[in-house]
Amino acid sequence: MSTITLDSKVPSGPIQDRWDNHKFDMKLVNPANKRKFTVLVVGTGLAGAAAAATLAELGYQVKCFTFHDSPRRAHSIAAQGGINGAKNYKNDGDSIYRLFYDTVKGGDFRARESNVYRLSQVSVNIIDQCVAQGVPFAREYGGLLDNRSFGGAQVSRTFYARGQTGQQLLLGAYQALMQQVALGRVELHTKTELLEVVKKDGVAVGIVTRNVTTGEVQSWSGHATLLATGGYGNAFYLSTNAMNSNVTAAWRAHKQGALFANACYTQIHPTCIPASDDTQSKLTLMSESLRNDGRIWVPKKFDDNRPADEIPEEDRDYYLERKYPSYGNLAPRDIASRAAKVVVDEGRGVGPLKNGVYLDFGESIDRLGKETVFERYGNLFDMYERITDEDPMKVPMRIYPASHYTMGGLWVDYNLMTTVPGLYALGEANFSDHGANRLGASALMQGLADGYFVAPYTVGDYLAGLLGQGTVSTEDPVFKAAEQTVNDASHRWLSIGGTKSPEYYHRELGKLVWDYCGMARDQNGLEKALSEIPALREEFEKNVRVLGNPEGVNQSLEKVGRIADFFDLGELMCRDALMREESCGGHFRVEHQTEDGEALRDDEDFSFVGAWEWNGAGTAQTLHKEPLVFENVKPTQRSYK
Amino acid sequence: MKLTLKVWRQDNVNDPGRFETYEATDVKDEMSFLEMLDAVNENLIESGHEPIVFDSDCREGICGTCGLMINGQAHGPQKGTTTCQLHMRKFHDGETVTIEPFRAAAFPVIKDLMVDRSAFDAIVQSGGFITADTGGARDANEILIPKPAADASMDAAGCIGCGACVAACPNGAGQLFTSAKLAHLGLLPQGQAERWKRTEDMVETMEMFFGSCTNYGECQEACPKEIPIDFIAMMNRDYLKSKLKNRKLSGQKY
Ligand SMILES: Cc1cc2nc3c(=O)[nH]c(=O)nc-3n(C[C@H](O)[C@H](O)[C@H](O)COP(=O)(O)OP(=O)(O)OC[C@H]3O[C@@H](n4cnc5c(N)ncnc54)[C@H](O)[C@@H]3O)c2cc1C
Ligand code: SF4
Ligand code: FES
Repeated sequence: MSTITLDSKVPSGPIQDRWDNHKFDMKLVNPANKRKFTVLVVGTGLAGAAAAATLAELGYQVKCFTFHDSPRRAHSIAAQGGINGAKNYKNDGDSIYRLFYDTVKGGDFRARESNVYRLSQVSVNIIDQCVAQGVPFAREYGGLLDNRSFGGAQVSRTFYARGQTGQQLLLGAYQALMQQVALGRVELHTKTELLEVVKKDGVAVGIVTRNVTTGEVQSWSGHATLLATGGYGNAFYLSTNAMNSNVTAAWRAHKQGALFANACYTQIHPTCIPASDDTQSKLTLMSESLRNDGRIWVPKKFDDNRPADEIPEEDRDYYLERKYPSYGNLAPRDIASRAAKVVVDEGRGVGPLKNGVYLDFGESIDRLGKETVFERYGNLFDMYERITDEDPMKVPMRIYPASHYTMGGLWVDYNLMTTVPGLYALGEANFSDHGANRLGASALMQGLADGYFVAPYTVGDYLAGLLGQGTVSTEDPVFKAAEQTVNDASHRWLSIGGTKSPEYYHRELGKLVWDYCGMARDQNGLEKALSEIPALREEFEKNVRVLGNPEGVNQSLEKVGRIADFFDLGELMCRDALMREESCGGHFRVEHQTEDGEALRDDEDFSFVGAWEWNGAGTAQTLHKEPLVFENVKPTQRSYK
Repeated sequence: MKLTLKVWRQDNVNDPGRFETYEATDVKDEMSFLEMLDAVNENLIESGHEPIVFDSDCREGICGTCGLMINGQAHGPQKGTTTCQLHMRKFHDGETVTIEPFRAAAFPVIKDLMVDRSAFDAIVQSGGFITADTGGARDANEILIPKPAADASMDAAGCIGCGACVAACPNGAGQLFTSAKLAHLGLLPQGQAERWKRTEDMVETMEMFFGSCTNYGECQEACPKEIPIDFIAMMNRDYLKSKLKNRKLSGQKY
């Protein structure tokens, strides 16, 4: 049995002073000493690029890694809607406290209050920083920044750059990073994938990577290692995540002793384009803003095969407006998603595969005119038409929920350090801040908060204690052993010589995880998944076919290792969901719902973070609990009626 | 539908490369071009042949990772559309489709349809940023930016760095990409302090890697984000001025 005790290291005192006091209490490294420290940053999305650039500006030696061909390609680039900042520029009553409150409540009281408060505090600095870098946020005619309301918030605190906010924020961070590369303070390694996290005497001392162009396996040593490697939504196979997003970096860290928290907290976004057939490789998100003017409905009758325009008003069920009269079509993501699942499961779905619901702009077009509607949503309509060949100005859009974001991830303390000393997790890769459900426009905020404003301080505090110590030589046996593990794995995959592609197994695994651990979960299904996933995994390990060799480009080899980690993770998601005998946020246990079908939390027994410890392949992980304390926001039942 | 694919296969940068022919069967209208290739690859793997290497990631037209020459056109026949967003309904049964990498002197082929576009990063590294170290920024609303300026900057900032402009250009020039970055930063008040140095450095770095622009205009036609060549004219004007300005800024008399 392990001896891990989870210490969140949350500072004491009034919540609004905790971060400032903590910053004051942390040890500093003087400028001349900073350059004696090497920090490895893995990932160049918002969190990684921001951290690498900032640490380099401070004077640390940074080595930065991404498997992409350029830092600018990280998945953050795809975020559309916007980023929150508690600026109260609209004078509509927003404040740091309100953003804090909304985030704790939106997370269904499963996040750490102190972290959320800090996130809200630094949100204002993020906006300043991004503007200084030249992020072209939308403006009003007077030249001030424009804001919109997003994801059901009652204030306008979302900053945006057309429908390309993630792109513009990432380009800002990427440019700052490239400047540091030019100055020689960051050594950038693109096309370089982390495959092992290396420890010596219980402390993280570096990583082993494979160059995906040449196949070269190499060790890197550093005083601290930061993982900013994104989320694991692709465990479902079909998701809105980029094709190459994966859990491998986090998972290899987990295998080295970093606890993995709240794996079952996944977010299913209500407005995506439904799959068209089983060759589909990924799903496309349609911005949530469409719900401002679109009405969601399905036919009242089962198996109603009439085209939408032949179904009269009285035969339509505007189910969100019916169930949630006050929020209607703007009900939060988890609620809107589950409601869609209910009607599709009943057999009232629409489209050729009956796997969607209508999002209808007919009424808005009558009320506002074609031009206004097109002006608001034209670019989204074009994108939709490119994919489906249907024009939403003429026929209602079809949408269905899809995996979009993962709240779970590596457990970190207040300093963003995992349970492995010297190993940090930033951005979507960690579990902090969003609890069981993330609010719209808050992931970009968290990635940049971690990267620009939190890790650069907290990492310094750790490094200060290492003054005078060098890095561990990459010739050390710990590195050689990790390299061996990587090489052995490559050879094992290449020698199986089965009959099916890696992709095939990812798709099959994804179906299991989606069916049993998707929008609604129950004990039977989860137990079934826990027996079916290992069985599929066994077949995968015997029958997968990976061609070619380990040298040079081998995309199947890259994929197969990632899929193996998704197998482990898929199991953990189910185990975590089975353990959590309550419903909260994105985790809906069918057995735990109110009379009218809403999520029923159990604060008495489940007000904790569930963090799992790896015990070796084939053995179930051990659960550790970090109790959650709510001193400022009193847990209540969320209601959007 | 059924298609015949003529696909460029090349083992590495030194291999001369060749076209191979494959049949794509069961192609459906709703498939994207890359999903069609995924299906071909799965069949190749299951029949013991190495799959075709090509790059993609977001498959939403925003990351700039994908990019193929399809029947001689960068990103294929649909205007304003990346390869990943192109759908098979734009093709017809029985058609032969030729698929090649984005060829250019500055983009060496890594394998098959995958090319090395790191020359773009080198251009950005030489000056494509506004110096603003973390922490020192003033309140965001203290900088007023007229909406038209913010909008024009955003038009340029929409470049996804895919390289179609280079692949489409008979000279393999990098002007559209470089000018888009310069315009994004140069149209904003925050970008003024470094404007002239940035222009000179980026243009000269670009010239180290890429061919020269002779105004064919193919780049604008191929660009999936429809970045206009007007930005190239802006860049050229700024470059001429930058020579003078930079000398003046460094205290030289002229
Ligand atoms: C379609 C879509 C729209 C979204 N819209 C919004 C929005 O409007 N607002 C919002 O707040 N959030 C939004 N999100 C969520 C948000 O975009 C992400 O949560 C966030 O960008 C994640 O940033 P990150 O820095 O943590 O990771 P990522 O951007 O995913 O970056 C991960 C990095 O890690 C690298 N990496 C991963 N594994 C390895 C490895 N093993 N070795 C080396 N490198 C590795 C990758 O190369 C990449 O550089 C959206 C998400 C999606 C899918
Ligand atoms: S200018 Fe257009 S074609 Fe060229 S890299 Fe940018 S988006 Fe691609
Ligand atoms: S894959 Fe991202 S633009 Fe095509």
